[in-house]
Amino acid sequence: MAVYAAARVVEHNALVFRRLWRGSLTVSFFTPLFFLASMGLGLGGLVNRGSGGVGGVPYIDFLAPGLLAAVTMQTAAFECTYPLLGKIQWDHIYDAMLATPLAVRDLLLGEIAWIALRMLLVASIFWIVMALFGVAHTPESLLAIPAATLTGLSFATPLIAFTSTQKNDNVMSAIFRIVITPLFLFGGAFFPISRLPGVLQAVAWATPLAHGVALSRGFVLGNLATKEAAVHVLVLLGYTIVGAVIAQPLLARRLVK
Amino acid sequence: MTTQDPDFAPLISARSLCKRFGELIAVDGIDFDVARGEAFGFLGPNGAGKTSAMRMIASVSPITSGTLRIFGKDPARHGVEIRARLGVVPQADTLDLELTVRENLIIFARYFDLPWAVGRKRADELLEFVQLTERSKDKVDDLSGGMKRRLTIARALINEPDLLLLDEPTTGLDPQARHLVWDRLYRLKQRGTTLVLTTHYMDEAEQLCDRLVVMDKGKIVAEGTPRELIEHSTRPRRSWNFVSSATSHRISIIGWTGWSSERRCCPIEFCCTRPTEMRLWPRCTDSGSGPKAPSCAAARSRTCSSG
Repeated sequence: MAVYAAARVVEHNALVFRRLWRGSLTVSFFTPLFFLASMGLGLGGLVNRGSGGVGGVPYIDFLAPGLLAAVTMQTAAFECTYPLLGKIQWDHIYDAMLATPLAVRDLLLGEIAWIALRMLLVASIFWIVMALFGVAHTPESLLAIPAATLTGLSFATPLIAFTSTQKNDNVMSAIFRIVITPLFLFGGAFFPISRLPGVLQAVAWATPLAHGVALSRGFVLGNLATKEAAVHVLVLLGYTIVGAVIAQPLLARRLVK
Repeated sequence: MTTQDPDFAPLISARSLCKRFGELIAVDGIDFDVARGEAFGFLGPNGAGKTSAMRMIASVSPITSGTLRIFGKDPARHGVEIRARLGVVPQADTLDLELTVRENLIIFARYFDLPWAVGRKRADELLEFVQLTERSKDKVDDLSGGMKRRLTIARALINEPDLLLLDEPTTGLDPQARHLVWDRLYRLKQRGTTLVLTTHYMDEAEQLCDRLVVMDKGKIVAEGTPRELIEHSTRPRRSWNFVSSATSHRISIIGWTGWSSERRCCPIEFCCTRPTEMRLWPRCTDSGSGPKAPSCAAARSRTCSSG
């Protein structure tokens, strides 16, 4: 029963997305295109000449899969904060939905499923851009798509839990300033984490993004050992599941008065 | 509860129903029954507990204590089944602003597991019923308040509910919109839908309801038919002529124990069916014993702000 009810939430989101898909697809295509062209090729040319790439790998090949994971993190972060608060607090649309046979558990499941679908889409388009640049050219590289999706989910569920507790967007913007943007920049997408000072390396590896970047990069470059991959997947799954488990009672407390 | 012919068992039954939010007691032990097919009203000022009572009936707000049965079922255990047969028109329009008028109805049908084709068909029928067919492709944001309310009512009917709950259905609407809503609700009643509504307008209660309870501060302070309530509480009755600065308005003061107008700007508790901006100089025309009036000799001026 929960599966069917959750599916309604996915349908609802899809119906809204029908109006937005063109703009969304355009952004999902041109963002990686511009980043990979400017930083991958433009900046990358300098990096390659200066230090022979990153550990022998041309900069664009290093950058692209890392950026893929970072962009899905950003997508998840945005979707699970402001729009979610809007549904809870400003439009009260969740109140209307919960007046039907839908339960909070179904609502949560449905929103998570929808976010996952959105990120699959974003990641797939990114992969296509990577293929256009010649970065992704093996069947194994396709695994970067689910890897990036899982990375996004590992941020999505904790952020859903967080947003459920918020009455306004003040702390939300702080989260973007203090967590999301720094992770985007220093989380391993643009340069190896090993270049960070020791303490910060530990901090970076504690976050899901570092693992998502490593996983995604490993699949695209084809240099990931199975054991390492398993560790990365477990960390990402761990964040996702713990986030969902915490989100359920928090969301229920917020919506059921 | 005794076993009876299910057709005669009350659709909603509450005993000692309570709702508490921390220290605040919103609903303080109320008893009521709603029979199938009747139009039942909760009347009272803001803060009386009407909305809290409605949310408990809608099975979206857990009860604090007491018993509540809807369709004979306990909302704590059978909330999903109860909600499947309800229609809810909340006080605030909770429409999806990202979707069009028609899409709002169609997607809502899905939450009741209706097939897409059925949802589309019912959506068109309901848009006809609330006279919004010409606006079906518009974004909800472009609608007026009265249209949004009509859409919310249409949405509440998408699952052909046995019971329709309306929280202050015409608050904030202009008179024309109000009458359209009343007319539609009356038609629903004629078709056999049970209506439960809250209101703080006596004229709405009179128009729509077969029976009313009056709530104040979480308790039921009076119940009966609209006629009964008016007649009962106007014994004794006293009327004053109020001279406003523009024209003369006669307003009947109903000495109603336990119910006060929200804007307690006048010295006596009363209900205005049409609260408007005016100055009052009470001049007694004594027509019987009743609640103590302010001194008739003194010309006293009070300003009632419009409700």
